[in-house]
Amino acid sequence: MSRPELVAPPEIYYGDIEAKKYTNNTRVQQIQADMTYRALELLNLPPDDPAFLLDIGCGSGLSGEILDQEGYTWVGCDIAPSMLEVALEREVEGDLFLQDIGQGFGFRPGSFDGAISISVLQWLLNAETSHPTSSPPHRLNRFFTTLHSALRNPSRAVLQFYPTSDDQIQLITSTAQKAGFGGGVIVDYPNSKKARKVFLCLFVGGGGAQQVPQGLEGDEVEDDSQARFEKRREKLKARGKNGRRKNIKDKDWILKKKELYRQRGKESVPRDSKYTGRKRKTVF
Amino acid sequence: MVRLITHNLLACHAKGCTSNNFPLKLQDVAIEVREAEFNPDFVRGFLPRLEWKALVQAARELGDTSLPEEMPEMVDDGFLKNLHHVLLEIHIDEGAMICPNCGHTYPISNGIPNMLLAEHEIG
Ligand SMILES: C[S@@+](CC[C@H](N)C(=O)[O-])C[C@H]1O[C@@H](n2cnc3c(N)ncnc32)[C@H](O)[C@@H]1O
Ligand SMILES: [Zn+2]
Repeated sequence: MSRPELVAPPEIYYGDIEAKKYTNNTRVQQIQADMTYRALELLNLPPDDPAFLLDIGCGSGLSGEILDQEGYTWVGCDIAPSMLEVALEREVEGDLFLQDIGQGFGFRPGSFDGAISISVLQWLLNAETSHPTSSPPHRLNRFFTTLHSALRNPSRAVLQFYPTSDDQIQLITSTAQKAGFGGGVIVDYPNSKKARKVFLCLFVGGGGAQQVPQGLEGDEVEDDSQARFEKRREKLKARGKNGRRKNIKDKDWILKKKELYRQRGKESVPRDSKYTGRKRKTVF
Repeated sequence: MVRLITHNLLACHAKGCTSNNFPLKLQDVAIEVREAEFNPDFVRGFLPRLEWKALVQAARELGDTSLPEEMPEMVDDGFLKNLHHVLLEIHIDEGAMICPNCGHTYPISNGIPNMLLAEHEIG
């Protein structure tokens, strides 16, 4: 199967049908959740502090749902209206924006405590969009420059992506560096064909570390990354005592949401369902 | 959904639009209030990041007058609750955000602002 980013522009590839198919695929859900937990681990946020995060290329909210579960407040942006539509239906809690990250961000300096991006960056290297655009290097430059300024100092951005060559990795890291980022590339399970994952771990102002974290070795174990992330947090918490972060969502909340998704997955939800019967107030 | 927490961080990103491009002016907006979990530490921690005058004005335009003109020096629970409401519970569903400098209109529909630029606006 050829790579999605070679097939069509993202907002066309992720049309109504693909957006639903992608989101309802349990295998996809598992993989995206896993990589989101790994990204959170690499983000290395203080375990007790509340944080305001940016989810770059949030899609239908598979990564954002993990941020909800972990008690973070977040903003998501994506270029595909059908994916955002599904995110609305799933009632994720982040603010959603229709945005082409290759055109850059307008967020004021220091807006976010961190950023994640799961399975998105390869799109900036390949297919054009159906909107006005410019060359990939120019788009990458615009993206990294405006992202750098939108992040607090110090902080980190962790971006998992699927490069096809070392040249692509090189172009991405050098553009990020020129934009002011430190950090580098981390490869998890480098020797496994299936589990191999590439993360770009970027630091603003040192990112609170001197060195780029190590990649994971050996064989991947499913559910590992969530367990690891939560174990680490518990450990750090035990040191710091009183949790000041928003409550981690309890099991009931998650089960309720999962049930909701299942129902939603079965019946196709009409486009305007979320808005029917709601009270509105108009202000001028 | 755009909430005022995000609106307060958003400037115009059109090409060459680098001054007087904040705050984006709200126009013809429909809002909806949805309860959110109150986390005093999050709200308190966010204070230094806010452009206070812009926030107060946006809140007033949306009919919320609970915030004082100046950011208070002493922060109590009542104030934080009001701020929590303004930042996280008022959702803008429909309308537009307009750049005070270049006039670019960012339409909001179904709670999602369209931030896409035209060809000549790409920086
Ligand atoms: C594989 S999906 C990942 C979505 C989500 N992060 C997740 O983990 O499920 C890739 C997403 O990147 C988005 N995307 C691709 N190019 C983009 C661009 N230039 N600007 C914003 N989003 C883009 C696509 O629309 C799609 O939703
Ligand atoms: Zn402007």
